[in-house]
Amino acid sequence: MTDDALRIGTMRFTNRLFTGTGKFAANAQIPKMLAASGSQMITVALRRIDTTAQSENILDYIPKEVTLLPNTSGARTAEQAVRIARIAREAGCGDFIKIEVITDMKYLMPDNWETLKATEILAKEGFVVLPYVLPDLPLAKRLENAGAAAVMPLGAPIGTNRGLETKPLIELLIENCTVPVVVDAGIGRPSQAAAAMEMGADAVLVNTAIATAADPEAMGRAFDLAVKAGRTAYLAELAEASGIARASSPLTGFLDD
Amino acid sequence: MDIIVNGVTETVSPCTIAELVRCKGLATGALVVELNQQIIKQEQWPAHQLKPGDRLELLSFVGGG
Repeated sequence: MTDDALRIGTMRFTNRLFTGTGKFAANAQIPKMLAASGSQMITVALRRIDTTAQSENILDYIPKEVTLLPNTSGARTAEQAVRIARIAREAGCGDFIKIEVITDMKYLMPDNWETLKATEILAKEGFVVLPYVLPDLPLAKRLENAGAAAVMPLGAPIGTNRGLETKPLIELLIENCTVPVVVDAGIGRPSQAAAAMEMGADAVLVNTAIATAADPEAMGRAFDLAVKAGRTAYLAELAEASGIARASSPLTGFLDD
Repeated sequence: MDIIVNGVTETVSPCTIAELVRCKGLATGALVVELNQQIIKQEQWPAHQLKPGDRLELLSFVGGG
């Protein structure tokens, strides 16, 4: 294994854990988490400012070598997502964009149809488009054809920490997509991140599970180790499971045999 | 004159974007300004005189997943 880097757009990532900036108790935890996890890509969101309060600039807490992945959260239509993406790029956040269009406020399910429409528009405008979707193989192929740089299926609803509830559907994407598959949302434990990587996901995006841990820095390190373990296991090719026991030690040639 | 700032109508005296931002005491580092759905870069703020009915969005990056 000489070069196992992940390529998305023109960027090369040697770390397959993507992280997010939401829900940290203090922004100062973010650079510590990034250093501990080795994460090379992190999401940010765009919002109207509160003109009555002075707020920190979250970008000040993200080292320059880390790729910014602005999201279009808050968008309910493709048009709104496109508008947010253009603003983010104009604001100097680069060409990467995570398309997140949500119309269902109870389960925060991504609206795959609006997401596809936004992907078609933004890919033509030269964005590196990473759409956040429900895992749906025909849709994923349409996203690829529309120019998506990756697809990001959810493991479970945002912020639920329930893990890979959609595993069989994500497996179909992994087997059939030509662009990288990044499992986004729902991963609550390092073991779940390892499981996603073992089955061949190209990367995972973890925010809540790290940001709301008692020690986000240590949890970032734990996720890094899990992602590396899972990726290494995938490349090593897992041994098959069996319904009956198969002795690991020779059963003959000892004492009474 | 009336302008709409982040969806709320405000009465202001005639000014440029730069003056409005200063007047509100906003930190400019992270501020992204959209005027009538067009991004206005920071170096252009002093040149943009606001007109009645202008729709201004004052945005910034925040934590998100």
